Amino acid sequence: MSELLCTEGLARIETVSGRGMITLKGELESRRFRNVLAKALDLPLPGPLSCAFNGARGVGWMAPDEVLILVPGEEVPEALARLRNKIGDHHITAVDVSDARAQFRLTGPGAREVLAKLSPVDFAPARFAPGTFRRTRLAQVPVAVWQKEEDVFGLVCFRSVADYVAGLLVNAAAPGSGVGYFASGG
Amino acid sequence: MSFRLETGGRLIDRGAPRRFAFDGVECTGFAGDTLAAALLANDHMMVGRSFKYHRPRGLVASGVEEPNALVGLGIGGRFEPNQRATMTELFDGLVAESQNRFPSLAFDVGAVNARLARFLPAGFYYKTFLWPRAFWKHVYEPVIRQSAGLGQAPTETDPDAYEHFHAHVDLLVIGGGIAGLQAALSAAQSGAQVLLIEQTAHWGGRAPVDGVIVDGMPAGAWVAQTVAALQAMDNVHLRLRMQGTGVFDHGYVLAHERLTDHAPDAPGPRHRLWKIRAQQIVTATGAIERPLAFPGNDVPGVMLASAMRDYVVNWAVAPGRRTVVVTNNDDAYRTALALLDAGLEVPAILDARDAADGPLPQQARARGIPVRTGRAVVKVKGTTRVKGVGIGNAGGIGLATDTIACDAVAMSGGWSPVVHLWSHCGGKLTWDNTHAMFRPDPDRAPTGADGQPFVHVAGSANGALHATDCLDDAARAAVAAAAALGHQITAQPPRADAPAEAPMQPVWVMPGRASPAQRMKMFLDYQNDVKVSDVQLAAREGYESVEHTKRYTTLGMATDQGKLSNINGLAILADSLGAEIPQVGTTTFRPPYTPLTFGAIAGEARGDLFQPVRKTPMHDWHTEQGAVFEPVGQWRRPYAYPRKGESRAQAVQREVSNTRENVGLLDASTLGKLLVTGPDAAEFLDRVYTNMMSTLKPGRCRYGLMCSENGFLMDDGVVARLSEDSFLCHTTSGGAEHVHAHLEEWLQTEWWDLKVHVINLTEQFAQVAVVGPKARVLLDRLGGMDLSREALSFMGWVEGELAGIPARVYRISFSGELSFEVAVPAGQGRAFWDACLDAGADLGVAPYGTEALHIMRAEKGFIMIGDETDGTVIPQDLGLDWAVSKKKADFIGKRAQERVHMTDPDRWKLVGLETLDGSVLPDGAYAVDDGLNANGQCNTQGRVTSTYHSPTLGRGIAMGLVRHGPDRMGEVLNFMRTDGRTQPARIVSPVFYDPEGEKQNV
Repeated sequence: MSELLCTEGLARIETVSGRGMITLKGELESRRFRNVLAKALDLPLPGPLSCAFNGARGVGWMAPDEVLILVPGEEVPEALARLRNKIGDHHITAVDVSDARAQFRLTGPGAREVLAKLSPVDFAPARFAPGTFRRTRLAQVPVAVWQKEEDVFGLVCFRSVADYVAGLLVNAAAPGSGVGYFASGG
Repeated sequence: MSFRLETGGRLIDRGAPRRFAFDGVECTGFAGDTLAAALLANDHMMVGRSFKYHRPRGLVASGVEEPNALVGLGIGGRFEPNQRATMTELFDGLVAESQNRFPSLAFDVGAVNARLARFLPAGFYYKTFLWPRAFWKHVYEPVIRQSAGLGQAPTETDPDAYEHFHAHVDLLVIGGGIAGLQAALSAAQSGAQVLLIEQTAHWGGRAPVDGVIVDGMPAGAWVAQTVAALQAMDNVHLRLRMQGTGVFDHGYVLAHERLTDHAPDAPGPRHRLWKIRAQQIVTATGAIERPLAFPGNDVPGVMLASAMRDYVVNWAVAPGRRTVVVTNNDDAYRTALALLDAGLEVPAILDARDAADGPLPQQARARGIPVRTGRAVVKVKGTTRVKGVGIGNAGGIGLATDTIACDAVAMSGGWSPVVHLWSHCGGKLTWDNTHAMFRPDPDRAPTGADGQPFVHVAGSANGALHATDCLDDAARAAVAAAAALGHQITAQPPRADAPAEAPMQPVWVMPGRASPAQRMKMFLDYQNDVKVSDVQLAAREGYESVEHTKRYTTLGMATDQGKLSNINGLAILADSLGAEIPQVGTTTFRPPYTPLTFGAIAGEARGDLFQPVRKTPMHDWHTEQGAVFEPVGQWRRPYAYPRKGESRAQAVQREVSNTRENVGLLDASTLGKLLVTGPDAAEFLDRVYTNMMSTLKPGRCRYGLMCSENGFLMDDGVVARLSEDSFLCHTTSGGAEHVHAHLEEWLQTEWWDLKVHVINLTEQFAQVAVVGPKARVLLDRLGGMDLSREALSFMGWVEGELAGIPARVYRISFSGELSFEVAVPAGQGRAFWDACLDAGADLGVAPYGTEALHIMRAEKGFIMIGDETDGTVIPQDLGLDWAVSKKKADFIGKRAQERVHMTDPDRWKLVGLETLDGSVLPDGAYAVDDGLNANGQCNTQGRVTSTYHSPTLGRGIAMGLVRHGPDRMGEVLNFMRTDGRTQPARIVSPVFYDPEGEKQNV
C-alpha cells in the first residue's frame, strides 16, 4: 500500500499506508500506571524523546502525559479494547488517530541530512540514535520523527499536509544536494 | 595600466584559461582568479561609478570589504545586482556589467552631479525637499526614486535551488586564517565537535601573502599541513566558501555557504543557509585595512596596500607599473617589497610618521626605495586613472612641494579588527590607543543563558595583528572555549615569525591642515560619496551622535555597511566635536556581515513549497470539478464550483437555490474537532464556554460560545456529548489549533487539578454536510441507519454505518434547512462523498462552497466568527444573551462582560439590514450619524458586518452592528459608499428566512 516517492538522491522515501496509530493520554509520570500500561501494551514504555519497538508494534513518547502507539492498522480496535479492559480505573484517553496522520519512511545513509535540512533537531548519529523519537517541525509543519533502526526513519504529520511534507522530503533529497556533514563522524 | 605578471600567482592555474565578458567585452582570466583579479589583468581598473556623484571608481580592496567593484552578474533568471567582484570566483562564461552609469562606464550622464557637488552636501535631501510640502509626493519622491538604488532588480524567476541545513556543534570557529586554523586545531584535541568555516575558497587568510613563517616553514606550507591534520580528525568539519553571517542569542549562528556560484552548471543547490547551534564560538575573522583620507583618494588606481599585494602575490596581477606607497605604519612596506619582488617600480614610500626605522622600512631602504617620512599625498592627478601624486608635509596645509608620476597608489591607514560577529549579540569594544583601533573588550563578551561568555575572539580580529601574537591569541581563545565546554586543554601553538613592526601613528586627515576644498575630495565612504567635509558639516550642524551622523550623511549606509569608512568617519566626527574617539563610539554592528541572497533566506520555501496548504480528503475531487478555492487558515476550501459558462457569482446563487430546493453537499472536514474527556470534562467545558454544557445529555448537541478572558467572542461551534465523560467540541475551521492551545493553557497553568484530556481529532474525520429538503432521502438511500425525525431529532447525533462506512451523524443546521453533518474516518471520506453524489444524482445533489454557506447562514441570521466578530465584539452585542449562562458561578469572560463598558446600552448591536431598492450594501460600510467628530469626519452609528445578494429572497441582505439597533426596527439609516454617496437601508430582524425554523425541523 506504500507509495515510493523517490529512490534517487540522498534517501529512499516512501509513504506508509495502513498503519494504525493510537494517541494515549494518561498519568505517565506514575510508576504504577506505567507498569499497568506496559503490560496492557506488551511493550516497554519509552522515556522522554524515545520510542520502543517490538516488530510492527511500537510506542513513541509524545509529551509528559502522552504516547503514540503504533500497530498494524487492523489491530487498532483490538488494541483499544485491550487498553480499556486492562487499564482499570486510571484516567486515560485512548483514541484512534490512524486517519488523522500520514506516515513516511526514509531509508539510507543520507536520510539524516534530508531531515536536518528541514528540522532544527540535532540529527547527528551520536544524538539521534536508533530509538530516538522527537516531535519537531519539518519546515513549516509539525511532525514526529523517529529512528527505528540504523538509517531507517519514520515520520508522521497531519494528513492534510501530506502532500506538502512529501514535496519537502523529495526536494531535500534531490540528487547532488548532499551536505556531506554526517558522513564524517558528526 | 594594470596587467598580468609573467610569473607567480599562488592561486591561479595558468594552464586553465577562463573566458568572461565585462560590459559586453570578451576578456580572459585563469582558473583561481576572482573577477576583480581578472578585471585588473585585463586593465579594467575602473569598474563602476559612485552612487551620488557618479564619480569613476576603481578597485580598492581584494575581499568582502570592497565598496566599489559592484557588478551585475549573470543573465536572465540568474542575473543578480551588486555582486562584489572581489568575492566572485571566475568561471568560463561569466557575464558581468558595471552599475550606476548611463549610457556607459566611460561616458556617464550622471557624472554632472560631481560638478554640482558643492550643492549636494550632507543632509541635502532633508534640506532641499522640505518645501513646498505638496511637492514631496508628486515631484521630489518620483525623481529621487528614479535615481536611487544601485543596480537593477532581477526580472525573471531564479532557476537555482536553495536550502537550509541545521547543525549542532560544540565549537564553531569562524574564519580559516592561521588564527582560526590554530584555534580549531587546539580545541579539537579536546575531542569537542568542531566546525571551522571560511568565507573564501582558500584556507590561510593573509599569512601566506604576508610572508609569515610558521613553525619554521612558510605559512602556506603550515596551512596545508594543518588543514590536512584537521581533515584527518573525526570530530572536525571544515567548510570553505561559507561565511559567518550573524551571531544571535543562545549560540545561534547563521552561516551562508555558496556552493555553485563558482560553477553555475554544477548540480545541487546554489546556496545553503546553515542554522547552527554552537555551544561556543570562536571568531577569527581577521582585520580590514583602513584607507587614508587624502584629496583624490577615490581616483581609480588608489588601492589599499594589503589588497595590492594580494593581487600581486595571489593572482600575479600588477595594479600599476609605478606605485607610490603612502602609509602611517610598517605593514604597508610589505606591499612595496612585494611590488619590487614582482619587478615593479616603487618610486617612493610616503610615511606620515616622523621616523620609520623598523626592520621593514630598513629593508625597503636597503632595496633602494626612497622612504620619505613626515610626508603625505596632498593631491592625486588623473580622473579615471591615477597619473601622479602631489607630495607635501603630513601636517601641512596641502601645498605640494613636488610631484611623482605614477599609475597606482597603495595606501594604508592602519587596521581595524573585524568585530562584527562579536558585536552582533552584545559584545562590547574597547579602544586600543596603540593601534588606533576598536577591539573586543574581553570583560564585556556576549553572554549566554548562564551569564558566561559564548563568543571568544582569536587573532587579528582580537587586535593581535602581528603574526606571533596572532597564534598565541588563537591558542588562548581555544583554551577558553574548551574550558567553557568543560575540557581542560593546554595549547602549545607553533611559533610564528615575521619582522617586528614599529607603532603606527593615527592619521585621520591627510594632510593634517588641509583646506576645505581639499577636504571635499577626501572620500570616506566610496560607495555613498561621503567625504571628510560632510562629516565635519554634520558636526557643525549639531550632530553629536554617531548614529545620527551616519543617517544624516549616509556614512556607512551603503551595501558594504561602512567596512572601510566607519572608523575613519567617527574619528573625524570625534575630532570635529573635540571628543575622544571611544566617547563617540561606533555605530551598531548588525547582521548580516555581508548581504546574502533572498534565495538563501527562503530556502525550500518557494513555488509549491512556499507554504503548507492543508487539503481535505475530498480536495482532489474539488480540484477536478474546477472549484474556486479560498484560503481559510492554511486550508483551501472551495468557494464555489462554477460550471461551464457560469460566473462565480452565478455559481454561488445556483448552489444556494439548489440546496434550498433539492440537496447540497458541503465539505465541512476543516471544522475543528476537539475531543475533551475525563471525569471533570463537563466542569471544564462549563468554565470555557459561556453556556452550560454539563446539562447536555449524551446523544445531544448544543451550540456554544467561547470567549477570551477579556470577554470578547473568540470562537463558536457545536458541542456533542459523546458520553458522560466525553465531549466532541467543534470549532471554526481556522480556530482549531488556537482553541486547542487555549484549552491546554488553562488546563496546564490554572486548572491542573482537573482530570481532563484534550485531543485534537480534526483530521481523523472527513465531515460532509448533507443539506436540503431531500437530504434525508439521500442518506436513506445509502442505507444502514435510521435517520427519521423520531430516531434522530434536531440537535441530536447517532452512530452507525452509512453505505458500509462507519459514521457519526449530527442533526445540526447552519443553513436553516434539514441538515445532517456526517463524520466518517478521513481515509473513507472521498468514498462517502462519492456515494452521496451517486445516491443523490436524480435528487439534484450538488456540492456547494463556502460562499453559499455564508449566504444561507446570513439568510438565517447566524453569525460568523470573523465577520460579525473582530475581537471587540461580545456575545451580548450579537443578541446571543441566551447562550450566556446566568446560572454559572463563573466562566472565562464572565467578569469582563460585567464591566461598565461591556454593559453600556450604547454598544452597537446586531440587526438585519435591507436596502430600500433591493441592492447590496457595501461590506464594512458605516452608517452616518448627525454632526462631525473632532477630526471633521462624519459621526457614525453602525456598520455592515456581512452583506450578500440573497437568491432565496431575490434582494440584498445584510447584517450589521448599530447603536440601539434592536430598539430601532424599521428605521432607515444611511450607509456611506466608497463613491462618496450614501445608500439608505432599513433596520430589520437579522433572521430573513424561515424565522420559525420549520424547514430545519422536519
